[in-house]
Amino acid sequence: MAPTPYSRPGVGYCTPAAQAEIAERPSAAGGASAGNTRNVTLSVNGEQHRLALEPNAILLDVLREELGLFGTKKGCDHGQCGACTVHVNGRSVNACLMLACMQEGAEITTIEGLARSAGYEQGQHPIQEAFLEHDAYQCGYCTAGQMMTAAAVLNDRAVAADAASVNDAMSGNICRCGAYKNIREAIETARQRMQGES
Amino acid sequence: MRQFELESVEKVDQAVASQRDQRRDAFVAGGTTLLDLVKLDVMTPERMVDVTHLPLKRIEKLDDGRLKVGALVTNNELAHHELVKRDYAVLSEALLAGASTGLRNLATTAGNVMQRTRCPYYRDPAMPCNRREPGSGCAALDGINRNHAVLGTSNRCIATHPSDMCVGMVAVGATIVVEGPQGSREIPFEDYHLLPGDTPEKEHDLKDGELITHVILDAPRAGGQHYLKLRDRASYEFALASCAAIVELDGDSVASARLALGGVATKPWRAEAAEKALIGQPATRENFERAAEVALADAVAYSHNGYKITLGKQAIVRALRDATARTTATAA
Ligand SMILES: Cc1cc2nc3c(=O)[nH]c(=O)nc-3n(C[C@H](O)[C@H](O)[C@H](O)COP(=O)(O)OP(=O)(O)OC[C@H]3O[C@@H](n4cnc5c(N)ncnc54)[C@H](O)[C@@H]3O)c2cc1C
Ligand code: FES
Ligand code: FES
Repeated sequence: MAPTPYSRPGVGYCTPAAQAEIAERPSAAGGASAGNTRNVTLSVNGEQHRLALEPNAILLDVLREELGLFGTKKGCDHGQCGACTVHVNGRSVNACLMLACMQEGAEITTIEGLARSAGYEQGQHPIQEAFLEHDAYQCGYCTAGQMMTAAAVLNDRAVAADAASVNDAMSGNICRCGAYKNIREAIETARQRMQGES
Repeated sequence: MRQFELESVEKVDQAVASQRDQRRDAFVAGGTTLLDLVKLDVMTPERMVDVTHLPLKRIEKLDDGRLKVGALVTNNELAHHELVKRDYAVLSEALLAGASTGLRNLATTAGNVMQRTRCPYYRDPAMPCNRREPGSGCAALDGINRNHAVLGTSNRCIATHPSDMCVGMVAVGATIVVEGPQGSREIPFEDYHLLPGDTPEKEHDLKDGELITHVILDAPRAGGQHYLKLRDRASYEFALASCAAIVELDGDSVASARLALGGVATKPWRAEAAEKALIGQPATRENFERAAEVALADAVAYSHNGYKITLGKQAIVRALRDATARTTATAA
């Protein structure tokens, strides 16, 4: 069978007609076969997963489709919305622009493992509680990404605690519902609680 | 997404040996430009070479006062580095004005230098674009060119260079160090990005097989510094016009100045004539306005981007004003 140049048809940006036109073209990868998998061990939320992955597998897709961790969302697939934010070695990053095979040896945390990664063995991370209390969402699609960035920002000494600095640090997480006001309040509440603990 | 092979290298010479053709073999660092454009089918590598394990992650002060930045230092690490904040504030501000927290955690110094234009026609393989596909035409010339450049354009391409970091680096002055099959080579930062001219597909002075290993910042300049970025929304957006300014005063007059522009030009733009026009002049609004006129004197507007000439001038005036305000005037 001829190798398919795309594992998924949608490229998000093009019109359907343009997509069809692109899909018709021969792949420059030519002979690269779709069965070109390699064995990779990923450490996600403290668990080791041995996976057979294509070189072009994107971390976001692997988390959702291979590991069933659906908390991390795909919004734009191009780094423009922040819905896919996870932590890699404690830093917030956009999983839609990362190759899964390059993450061997890294510690990956998704929203499912956030509380545990921060030492809250039972229950939720303060940022999760605060989002609930402040109703910091409407549809909820951006929420996991918002909380992952917020949790990292709250731990980042380079980001000052004033409103302008926090807004700026959070600006890569778009909320189409416009829940920003409550999101900001939730972050402030979480900050106070986390400071109270330490 | 298209298929490609992926290989990882541990040493610089392995990386150099692994890349024979820049279009076929792509170094991958943060991946935030490359994977975005591979998903769109704009970049079509057959092989990617993972360079993230190379020992190029340090920031080091050299004996001559310059600052040597490893190619893999992330945009956030560079922006928040103590010496960068202290001696190169304009660069730190430029970095933090770019992209988002998550992207800057991935984005590297070399990757940022190598980022591609955000021109929507370049990003859409169904449209003609001389930069992506030489000879296919430029859809922006008569198209939606509101975001396009007014300086350094040609009748083949008017795409804007999108980087903030590079504008900061032009202002502070820098050298790009590359390692290639013939050994190491240094390129002045200002000469690295190329004007589109007749060959917009040739975007930079990097030969096949060459890897950027470092960017070396000039020794710190005296004076106040500021980066101003004007955009459609106040955060997480590319510049419509930006200005990096460094102003040194002697009494009330300008002793030296560095001015670089973003968002309005086809490459990170040094406004050298405007710098010269400022030297020896009192640091007044009138003189800043005059320098801004000089900087945009050769600007060419297209159907939708004439406003950038005005906006660019205003960015210069405001950046000069704010840089001057941060100057501790050297006693005359
Ligand atoms: C949504 C979004 C918003 C953004 N907003 C901004 C903004 O406001 N301002 C701004 O300045 N930038 C912005 N960016 C661009 C971002 O800064 C760049 O994508 C990033 O700096 C690229 O670095 P990287 O390490 O991810 O590069 P990669 O994607 O890994 O590589 C980019 C290119 O550089 C080449 N390369 C990588 N390393 C080397 C090396 N050592 N030697 C030679 N070639 C190399 C690669 O082969 C590739 O061609 C934005 C990006 C996105 C996706
Ligand atoms: S899905 Fe990754 S940033 Fe939008
Ligand atoms: S809650 Fe709907 S996008 Fe943010």
